[in-house]
Amino acid sequence: MPKVTIDGETIEVPAGITVLQACEIAGAEVPRFCYHERLSVAGNCRMCLVEMEKSPKPVASCAMPIAEGQVIKTNTPLVKKARNGVMEFLLINHPLDCPICDQGGECDLQDQAMAYGMDRGRFKENKRAVPDKELGPLVKTTMTRCIHCTRCVRFATEVAGAEELGAVFRGEHMEIDTYIEKALSSELSGNVVDLCPVGALTSKPYAFAARPWELRKTESVDVFDALGASIRIDARGGEVLRVLPRLNEETNEEWIGDKSRHAVDGLRRQRLDRPYVRKDGKLQPASWAEALGTVAAKLKASAPDRIAAIAGDLADCEAMAALKDLLGAFGAQSLDCRQDGAKIDTSARAGWLFNSTVAGIDEADAILLVGTNPRWESPVLNARIRRRFRAGGVKIAAIGPQLDLTYKYEYLGAGPTTLADLTAGKLAFAETLKNAKKPMLILGQGALARSDGAAVLALARDAADKLGLVKDGWNGFNVLHTAAARVGGLELGFVPGPQGRDTMGILDAASKGEIDFVYLLGADEIDTNRLGRAFVVYQGHHGDRGAHRADVVLPGAAYTEKNATYVNTEGRVQQARLAVFPPGEAKEDWKILRALSEVAGKKLPYDTIGQIRARLVAMSTTFATIDRAQPGSWTAFGKTGSVDATAFASPVSNYYMTDPISRASATMAACTETYVKGSAARTGTHG
Amino acid sequence: MLEDKDRIFTNLYADGDWGLAGARARGDWDGTKELILKGRDWIVKEMQDSGLRGRGGAGFPTGMKWSFMPKTTPDGKPLDGRPHYLVVNADESEPGTCKDREILRNDPHKLVEGCLLAGVAMGAHAGYIYVRGEFYNEASHLELAVQQAYEAGLIGKNACGSGWDFDLYVHRGAGAYICGEETALIESLEGKKGQPRLKPPFPAGMGLYGCPTTVNNVETIAVAPTILRRGAAWFSSFGRPKNVGTKLFCISGHVNKPCTVEEAMSIPLKELIEKHCGGVRGGWDNLLAVIPGGSSVPVLPKHICDTVLMDFDALREQRSGLGTAAVIVMDKSTDIVKAIARLSRFYMHESCGQCTPCREGTGWLWRVMQRMVKGQAELPEIDMLEEVTRQIEGHTICALGDAAAWPVQGLIRHFRPEMEQRIRNYKAALQAKAAAE
Repeated sequence: MPKVTIDGETIEVPAGITVLQACEIAGAEVPRFCYHERLSVAGNCRMCLVEMEKSPKPVASCAMPIAEGQVIKTNTPLVKKARNGVMEFLLINHPLDCPICDQGGECDLQDQAMAYGMDRGRFKENKRAVPDKELGPLVKTTMTRCIHCTRCVRFATEVAGAEELGAVFRGEHMEIDTYIEKALSSELSGNVVDLCPVGALTSKPYAFAARPWELRKTESVDVFDALGASIRIDARGGEVLRVLPRLNEETNEEWIGDKSRHAVDGLRRQRLDRPYVRKDGKLQPASWAEALGTVAAKLKASAPDRIAAIAGDLADCEAMAALKDLLGAFGAQSLDCRQDGAKIDTSARAGWLFNSTVAGIDEADAILLVGTNPRWESPVLNARIRRRFRAGGVKIAAIGPQLDLTYKYEYLGAGPTTLADLTAGKLAFAETLKNAKKPMLILGQGALARSDGAAVLALARDAADKLGLVKDGWNGFNVLHTAAARVGGLELGFVPGPQGRDTMGILDAASKGEIDFVYLLGADEIDTNRLGRAFVVYQGHHGDRGAHRADVVLPGAAYTEKNATYVNTEGRVQQARLAVFPPGEAKEDWKILRALSEVAGKKLPYDTIGQIRARLVAMSTTFATIDRAQPGSWTAFGKTGSVDATAFASPVSNYYMTDPISRASATMAACTETYVKGSAARTGTHG
Repeated sequence: MLEDKDRIFTNLYADGDWGLAGARARGDWDGTKELILKGRDWIVKEMQDSGLRGRGGAGFPTGMKWSFMPKTTPDGKPLDGRPHYLVVNADESEPGTCKDREILRNDPHKLVEGCLLAGVAMGAHAGYIYVRGEFYNEASHLELAVQQAYEAGLIGKNACGSGWDFDLYVHRGAGAYICGEETALIESLEGKKGQPRLKPPFPAGMGLYGCPTTVNNVETIAVAPTILRRGAAWFSSFGRPKNVGTKLFCISGHVNKPCTVEEAMSIPLKELIEKHCGGVRGGWDNLLAVIPGGSSVPVLPKHICDTVLMDFDALREQRSGLGTAAVIVMDKSTDIVKAIARLSRFYMHESCGQCTPCREGTGWLWRVMQRMVKGQAELPEIDMLEEVTRQIEGHTICALGDAAAWPVQGLIRHFRPEMEQRIRNYKAALQAKAAAE
């Protein structure tokens, strides 16, 4: 550990860090624009200049490696003068249009100009103006404000893997550009807005919506994929205006996907804000009492084996627990939280979790992707794989869809037979996995949500054993889920009882008329035509497929509108927090079920969120530990059987529209138009 | 004055054949094998003893620079598996400088032989010569010279029969001044945008393709074979201590016979101009100022030019520099403010745009200088201009910021009365015009 002196104080710092990081450890704040912990060092803004003994010139602390015996000064007149000079240069061509700039109030340039700026400009010449760029539906550009820190370029190149941004031209004509006008083809493009230290790149959907000091900030978790990214919800009044990532080293670090960030305008559209009851073939507005009474009557009249419930992708654990208890009180056993029909073995936790943990990707030295498109199923997790790839020393292979995942991988084959071949050691990659210290298999829902899913799961289990994926202190068997609700539902046992039916069974039975009562807890990704003549209750927050088919609609709360528990794909229990209240007469979901239970005469024994959370812990001890990944023990799972040769297909056919919220979002519709429907080139001047 | 027998570049004026036969007749490629066989350490020691300082402008001792390259195994294999590279900077773009060009087109074999010897001295089996894009004929001659050397077995496998393998590649740039900066040159050579890299790491540790690399100027490499043949003591007998050897001077501007000439270091500026260039146009007393080392060094007024010696330290004492020894002579017909403003425009145009002070500052300098040319400014703006140059200088990644700042600083230091007079004249003219109306 080198010893260095910073502002007269001698401290020991870890080897290999930069002077800037050492200054931070010593408590000396160093201003910066281009430097960012998670990006490569550019050293181009020159704001972080410090004085170093024996160096005739001030040095850029972000780029200077720490060395034994350095004497650094960060608060001398020379340093102050150098930074003042740089600040003046940054401001001479900056438009200073803060009053109409969306970055105002959270602008690094504004903040640092307070410390290093002058009270007036000496630049009497004309300022530079730069044409704006078209970067797609999410990122708005005002390039005149750009200070050329190249953070966005480095993010796109290094993290997102969209090597499309760059700096063109030279000197003061330098511009950040895609060169060929084109939307930034990345699911992480929204992050460049957070990275931009000025107002050059701002959020297009959020343009001119609010000032940061007007917003109420609520720390919560994301539900648009199973990663459970930590987010901050910014709301004003009753409206969620934007979502930003929150630092969480173990899941999302400081990135989130574009859907997580920009689908929130869907929370304002197509909302269910009052109960409806179908009368004369049409859904008619009703009171809560009437709606609950109708449901209770029907529920009481149905035989236990003719009652079923399906939980959707955004359902929270409290609601699923309450629904399970309620229907359990009526003796119903046909419950399922796997609305995609994934054949997950509900008996073994290790068989459905991402056991290596997301942070484990950083240590893996061989990664096998099976039946998954991580780029669309969890873009932030995919970025982590990419970072691992860039660090070198890892071999990646894929079985399933052959897609651009932003990193190189060996394509082994399309379907289960390839997996069988690999397990049998017929493919060279088997040796790679066997020889790896920390090998990983990532099994996607594309491999499980099919009729031979249970056999594929058994095959993957077999591969894990035969190829040495599970060893002391390392479990390389990972299931990547697509839905935020799935692991929570599995944890608390929202699965068919001994005589119960699973999702496909429920739909089959309903279409044959063997089910009378179906409770859809936000389940929209099912074929509602197959519900037959069953009485359908839809509890959820959006007027989507489920609500259209429903006989009674009970308006629930979206993830921003309730205190709710979600479990991510690693088995990490996380709590979402209420940022705004549900619209109209809508209520938090577990409370609706609690009210229904009373009307139906089977009163559930919890009245507060504390009590229902205690009930969750009683259902599974997993819920007792918050915010920590809890891997399962390695036991047998899966059902050996024959597999068919059909290729694995990712369940996500359009990243931008996977759930009722994103389907209601105009922003996501624009993204679908731009990115998915292949019209990415059709922006700006290309008409 | 340097005698003909001591000249290194004997074909500077294209009197003879530039090809291999001519080069051999002039003594090149003579005993190269023996020099190689004396070994890496001997070559580096000899270069250190010769006192040669880099000819590209910064004047860093060449032998020391070569000694920074990592050690190799006795048979020339790199210790950590990374190959070593020699890169020759033939991107001669500094306004006023035209010395490397003469070497490339009239004596390219000196460079090719120098590359081989330098390659041996740094354990490099490959060398790249980065030629300025505009140098079409020069690159052609060089390519042919390299080809001749390959055909004659002088380079390539078992170069000169010495057992040392050495490959040489010629790469043509696309015409950016900044690619003459060594790390920007490396970036450009790698196929990227020519932008200087942060240092550390220095090229000797991590240069071309992440491997140990030394970048040298054409002249530095081209004089090496002669130094090794004639001995360090011969070379260091010219000039003053620490400023030894012979040097190509390129004199342009208001002299009767502009020329590139090889002379001993530390020759008085006045002697250089009078003897080789036929004097200043209109006589020495008609001299206004001289930029002694290429566009980036500060200008010197006549009273300093009367006595100053042309070497690194003497010019440093006068707060200017030898740079590339490109002497730009300006007589009294020169609009000195306009001349410097033109240089400011050059640096604005050539700034790569990577780091803030240079990107923003060079444009600012040029714009203020444009007004200074007319006198359309306030007197305190001269001080502001000076301050802006100080804000650029020393705060940038590479030396282009310094190069942009120094000419303006030199102007203000020596010609401030001229600038003030213009401002007063402009104001007076405005007032006269207002009074007339």
